[in-house]
Amino acid sequence: MVESERVTEDVVRALIEPYIHVLPKRLVEEIVKRVSSYGLTIEVARKVVDRIVGEYLNSLVEPGEAVGMIASQSIGEPSTQMTLRTFHFAGVRELNVTLGLPRLLEIVDARKTVATPIMEVYLSGEYAHNRELALEVARELELTTIENVSRAITVDYIEYSIIVELDPDILENRGISPKDIIKALNRIKGKKGSIIVDNLTIIFKTGLEDAIKLKRIHDRVRSLRVKGIKGIRRAVVRYDEKINEYKIITEGSNLVAALSIEGVDHRRTITNNIYEIAEVLGIEAARAAIIREMRNVLEEQGLDVDIRHIILVADAMTLNGRIRQVGRHGVAGEKPSVLARAAFEVTVKHLVDSAVRGEVDELRGVVENVMVGSRVVPLGTGIVKLLMLYPALQSMDSVDEELSSS
Amino acid sequence: MFQSIEETKTVGGIRFGILSPDLIRALSVTQIVIPETYDEEGIPIRGGPMDRRLGTVEPGVRCETCGNFVTLCPGHFGHVELARPVIHPLFSKNIYTLLRATCRVCGRLLLSEDDIENARRRAKNLEKRWPLLKYKYGEAVAKKAVKNTTCPHCQAQQYKVRFEKPYTFYEERDSGSVQLRPTEIRDRLERIPNHDLEALGLDPESARPEWMVLTVLPVPPISVRPTITLETGMRSEDDVTHKLVDLLRVNQRLKESVEEGAPQLVVDDLWSLLQYHVATMFDNELPGIPPARHRSGRPLRTIAQRLKGKEGRFRGSLAGKRVDFSARTVVSPDPKLSINEVGVPIEVARVLVVPEKVTVWNIEEMRELVRRGPSEYPGANYIVRPDGGRIDLRFVKDRNAVAEALKPGYIIERHLRDGDIVLFNRQPSLHRMSIMAHRVKVLPYKTFRLNLLVCTPYNADFDGDEMNLHVPQSEEARAEARTLMLVQEQILSPRYGAPIIGGLHDYVTGAYLLTRKDTLLDKKRASLLLFEAEYEGSLPQPAILKPGPYWTGKQLVSTVLNGDFNYEGKASICRKCEACLKELCPYDAYVVVRDGSLLVGALDKNSIASQVPRTLLHEYLRRYGVEKGAKFLDGLFKTFIVYLDIYGFTMGLDSLEVPTTALQEIEKLTNKAEDEVEQLVERAKKGGLEPLPGRTLEDTLEQRILEVLSRTRDRAGELASRFAGMGREAVIMARTGARANMLNITQMVAVLGQQSLRGERIKRGFAGRVLPHFKWGDIGPRARGFVYSCFKRGLRPTEFFFHAMAGREGLVDTAVRTAQSGYMYRRLANALQDFFVAYDGSVRTSEGFLVQFRYGEDGVDPAKSDHGEPVNVEKIIREVMAEKGG
Repeated sequence: MVESERVTEDVVRALIEPYIHVLPKRLVEEIVKRVSSYGLTIEVARKVVDRIVGEYLNSLVEPGEAVGMIASQSIGEPSTQMTLRTFHFAGVRELNVTLGLPRLLEIVDARKTVATPIMEVYLSGEYAHNRELALEVARELELTTIENVSRAITVDYIEYSIIVELDPDILENRGISPKDIIKALNRIKGKKGSIIVDNLTIIFKTGLEDAIKLKRIHDRVRSLRVKGIKGIRRAVVRYDEKINEYKIITEGSNLVAALSIEGVDHRRTITNNIYEIAEVLGIEAARAAIIREMRNVLEEQGLDVDIRHIILVADAMTLNGRIRQVGRHGVAGEKPSVLARAAFEVTVKHLVDSAVRGEVDELRGVVENVMVGSRVVPLGTGIVKLLMLYPALQSMDSVDEELSSS
Repeated sequence: MFQSIEETKTVGGIRFGILSPDLIRALSVTQIVIPETYDEEGIPIRGGPMDRRLGTVEPGVRCETCGNFVTLCPGHFGHVELARPVIHPLFSKNIYTLLRATCRVCGRLLLSEDDIENARRRAKNLEKRWPLLKYKYGEAVAKKAVKNTTCPHCQAQQYKVRFEKPYTFYEERDSGSVQLRPTEIRDRLERIPNHDLEALGLDPESARPEWMVLTVLPVPPISVRPTITLETGMRSEDDVTHKLVDLLRVNQRLKESVEEGAPQLVVDDLWSLLQYHVATMFDNELPGIPPARHRSGRPLRTIAQRLKGKEGRFRGSLAGKRVDFSARTVVSPDPKLSINEVGVPIEVARVLVVPEKVTVWNIEEMRELVRRGPSEYPGANYIVRPDGGRIDLRFVKDRNAVAEALKPGYIIERHLRDGDIVLFNRQPSLHRMSIMAHRVKVLPYKTFRLNLLVCTPYNADFDGDEMNLHVPQSEEARAEARTLMLVQEQILSPRYGAPIIGGLHDYVTGAYLLTRKDTLLDKKRASLLLFEAEYEGSLPQPAILKPGPYWTGKQLVSTVLNGDFNYEGKASICRKCEACLKELCPYDAYVVVRDGSLLVGALDKNSIASQVPRTLLHEYLRRYGVEKGAKFLDGLFKTFIVYLDIYGFTMGLDSLEVPTTALQEIEKLTNKAEDEVEQLVERAKKGGLEPLPGRTLEDTLEQRILEVLSRTRDRAGELASRFAGMGREAVIMARTGARANMLNITQMVAVLGQQSLRGERIKRGFAGRVLPHFKWGDIGPRARGFVYSCFKRGLRPTEFFFHAMAGREGLVDTAVRTAQSGYMYRRLANALQDFFVAYDGSVRTSEGFLVQFRYGEDGVDPAKSDHGEPVNVEKIIREVMAEKGG
């Protein structure tokens, strides 16, 4: 190769080859892209790569660093500056999303139910580019009950029947035909019941003879699902300018059901309920979801926190395959050390239980060592395990004496 | 110093278990029987709870067991032989499961032999790797066993056992419910074989179940429950002692009753009373029973209460400890100190001491310190002889003699002096930068002094803040403090990879004023400023020669910068033009430093401030390291505020002067807004307003009104800022990012805007209206908390009230938030504190669990990163290219 020739991507790649296992993948790709785009000579490119590798190696963490403590400080300290009550709009003004400290607490508490469940449903193929098709998917998602589509639902106590008067406008809007309603009613009518259809009025003869039961059936009819997915109160179609696609934002979340609907892109669709993600997509996806959600909250509040801290928290929460909350019933409560657990919360319970089980505290953690008053904790500079030869010390003493006598 | 090494022992581990009656007796130095503490002469009664054999707390009295005085006697346990066994209340839940899971006749676990064997094996397997799972599994096994109603081993019929909190058990036999006495329970528990207990995940070696029923009660040593003597000479006993006295009294009566053959009813009564006393001695907050009270009615603080909670033994005394060698006082600023220094009052320096070993090299110096003694400032307070004896110099008559007697090996506890390393802290200590090491600078007056640049990491201001100071006492501690905790080592925050120490407030204003285009300095001023920057060298060539030599502010900055430094970036005053002209920026808002000279651009927040990544300051620190960085902060930054002094920067009302024409226009704007809102309301009333999907009409109206009003305020702000150019101090501060923003200025000169509660317009108050000053049903801007006035002209009474409402909400919010986020932080810290980076770059817990294969997926320390990125590839390419060109 001629020295003055401009380097190509392959050449840069060859230059990095010796460091391929040292550098993170993302950095390698960045170097390849950037360096080749500048059209450098191989000589300069080599110099650049060398310097990058040097700087990367200089930026590594030092062994012993108490990264857990740093992560919790980095998240705990800015959380004092967060707003308490923020119900913001996530690009869609009619939807509420919990943000700020309450949402952060939801995430680290690993709550099973979130205050404002939201799904972002991405669409596949044609659905993503056609508003009509997207709206159709939205209708499939949004839960529609009989009550939603009727003008009135009345009870006829003499005939023991329930009269449903449908609203034609809404029916059309939601893409529902009276047949769908009959189908739904058929599900609950039982042996004795029958259904009479008179244009837009549907009379459901229950065949019951008990007024109380009738009332109960009335309630059931009202909330009977005609179309859509359980738990999804509303679905709104939005045009996402960043990706030039239509997508659907839903109030309420039901990931399993949503993923099975045609037109939904199961690869990208997400919910803000981390448990649901863990259940449907697995623990790695849940870890990614925790990272994403925490990041969003902090970013939205304008707080600058390095992603490595968030990743560490997410890893701590998911490391044994289940989601564990950060607290008494999770990461902090499952520590092997009795003293560490006792020092956190519910002191007496931990002591009593450990007595019955005959547990041994090996004093490996930080608090345990603080408690017993040993001078090193097994972190940071305390990670070094080095023994000194006593004879060497004695010879030092003799040097001391020599000096003092002279 | 090293002689103690051989004797040093470390605690290898702590085993938890239940004391067996035999062990309790073996540990005991005496049996306690008499329910009285002292006799008439005030001498502890032998055999009573204050028996001298249990240790001593009175000064000058020797312990009858070990012969030591208070300081050395560790205290010794006694014991009480209980007349009847009682349930240990804290174990009653375990007793309950065991009673149900085992056979009432043969004591075997209610599972088949095979099941038991399986369970044991699984428990054994789990033990090593997942101890917690073993216990969970044990619980599941017990649950399964409970379901069996006949014993698989002896075929005996099992009855249901009912547990009444906190310590009563009944067996529901066919004949009816029968109470199980502790004796009966103990018998049953005794019958359970060790083998079966292992299947339940229990450890019979350290906790036989029958030990959960007490027959012998350990009496804690006196040092655990010391007598308090008040100034009046009145003696007051510890709560646990009171409890013991009650307990002993009942125990004695019970014993007598049994011996006398009293009726069963009487015995049972006393028995349950004894049970109550034992139970409350362990835990006085048991559910279902009234807490034992002191004579005054205050509930007794017994053993469980001492351990529990924030001020309890664990969190209050073990995980957090009180320390010596510390001081606390008010802080005040001193810009002339280095960021690495802290000003310490002489009074403090005279009390805090540093132990220094006498050597052949420093013996004369140490002698001098001893001669000066404790009251003359650079002196010493104590001498420690090699044999450990301490000499208090306050009581030494002839200090000269003592000084002469000094020999190498002695330790002098000398006063704190300039250059000593101390730790400085401001609470709340939310991150590691809340405790940093400083070098001492002993100063007059009574406050701690600190450089203003370190306010950010401590989050300190000077409205009365107090801070703490600690003096490390060992060489190791000082070394670690110096190399790891010194302020300069903490400049780059691990939270976001940018400097947390850097310009703020006046530093930013000063930097801007100094470096803006029209700043020219004569020789006197230029010299003064360079002197403040700690620059040593000659003045550069002046930029202007006629009418005399003048230097620009940029020149001065360049003089201080290193010759090979390069930087490029937008300033905070950037107007965000559509096409950036970069170095040709007409507003001097594009900063370029080439080869160490500041060519164009005024320095402001985006160049020198703290907590902003990729600034000139950040680049400087990354390039030259923190050592030089600290000098940079000490030197150049000082010139910024000195220049501000020279300039005479001040903000007054004139800074907020707005021409009447503008005011009129603002008024027009607000009138228009009022009309618009009125129209909206009218339309809504007539039904002409289309509700947003999923919203009610009212919600929609509110939202529309809010939009109109916030638009109005923005417009008013624009109007006002049109008249407020860079000539105004307030604007300079806002635009350079020193303090406040344009919105604040709008609020001062134009309109304050909408006051809100919970993100909505203010709507609660009187019926149909917020305040009685408005008409019923008025939902116009004014009646719902829109403030038309500005701070400068003053608020109307109603407006003021609305403003106060919103202000109060803010205060309440902050209070609630700190509590919530504080707890979250505590939980995070407790969960993650044992994680560290191992030598192989992985993250592990102190117990050895693997958390991450590579920290942060790339092994990069955020503090050393460039705002999260390990390397700035672009920058390096350009640097290398520039080098080649040059």
